[in-house]
Amino acid sequence: MSSQTSLILIILSTALVNNVVLIQFLGICSFLGVSKQMKASLSLGLAVVFVITLSSAVASLLYTYVLLPLELTYLKTIVFILVIAALVQMVEMFIKKKSPAVYNALGIYLPLITTNCAVLGVALTNVQDELNFIQSVTAGFGTAVGFTIAIVLLAGIRSRIDEEAIPKPFRGAPVVLLSAALMSIAFMGFSGIL
Amino acid sequence: MKPWAERIYNGVIRENPTLVLMLGMCPTLAVTTSAVNALGMGVSTMAVLIMSNLVVSLVRKVIPDQVRLPAYIVIVASLVTVVELLMEAFVPVLYKALGIYIPLIVVNCIILGRAEAYASKNPPLLSLFDGLGMGLGFTAALVVVGALRELLGSGTIFGVDVTMGILEPVVIFVKAPGAFLILAFLVAVLNACHIKNRSDKLVESGCDGHCAACGSPCPDKKEEAAK
Repeated sequence: MSSQTSLILIILSTALVNNVVLIQFLGICSFLGVSKQMKASLSLGLAVVFVITLSSAVASLLYTYVLLPLELTYLKTIVFILVIAALVQMVEMFIKKKSPAVYNALGIYLPLITTNCAVLGVALTNVQDELNFIQSVTAGFGTAVGFTIAIVLLAGIRSRIDEEAIPKPFRGAPVVLLSAALMSIAFMGFSGIL
Repeated sequence: MKPWAERIYNGVIRENPTLVLMLGMCPTLAVTTSAVNALGMGVSTMAVLIMSNLVVSLVRKVIPDQVRLPAYIVIVASLVTVVELLMEAFVPVLYKALGIYIPLIVVNCIILGRAEAYASKNPPLLSLFDGLGMGLGFTAALVVVGALRELLGSGTIFGVDVTMGILEPVVIFVKAPGAFLILAFLVAVLNACHIKNRSDKLVESGCDGHCAACGSPCPDKKEEAAK
């Protein structure tokens, strides 16, 4: 298998087959919290794509060139969470300075991504699966695209749900969870493409 | 009621972190494929929560206000690493089963949420009991979801076959969609009870403003503050 096809396989697998939200249950907080409006969901999705791709690159470099040679791999959880927090801060400052338009579009979602468990989850999974640098970045990008797809789809569904007459106990969280369950069943169908 | 008993009642029943506040959803959905996994996850999270509440409360007067969140994250991450290494050494089977969700205890909303909302303002002993109560509430919710999924999905509870061949297990309940389904119905049942008691109180999705420390995006609240 050439390296290009394997990268395409990584993207398909992370974005659809092992969808980060619907199959692996990472980033559920923001998935349920932000999916009320389509526009907000899209902004959050873009910010997540940006941060996860960048953080998986940095995490991969740090792990290979700092933690492994020093035999400090058991510190990876602490190192990764600090790196992610610092990275998000720097990205925020950089974007604010260089491109206020993008900064306004991403708004508050950028700083809040730090504790989105999908970011740390991707960094840890990449290390666990022993992916190299390019594969890690690809996997990060694919995962984030999967997150964006899921949250935008859910936002679309929720805008319809709000207009329906739902039994009282199911209003609020339960009906959103039910929609997510149906989406999850649909995404299980993708396991056939690999 | 004594203050420490009140803390435990508060954590398990009144502000149950999973079923009432809807925090820490990721592990609730991900590791509840069996009651044993759910119990393991609940207990390890509880251990981290009790310790982190205690430590945060002890150092609450030393840490400057501006850097308190990074400090809390470092405290929690260190404790999680300790728990992770202990589990790898003593319960390798459970460690394998829970996998990546053990290090991810670091970003569990409940832990940072309690550190910020309770432990940073209260004395050590009460914070410890707050951690115990919240931990028990989280564990209880996880075990209920885990047991239901295991019963419906594989026909067992804690590995013991209880269907006696009468019922055919529905495999989807131990797969990903089953987690969403069970949780949806659990919250709906709780909502129904609430409606009987108090007509206006419904469990809303997302953060409900309790996620301030968790950092997961709560656009409504923040945008209102910006205006």
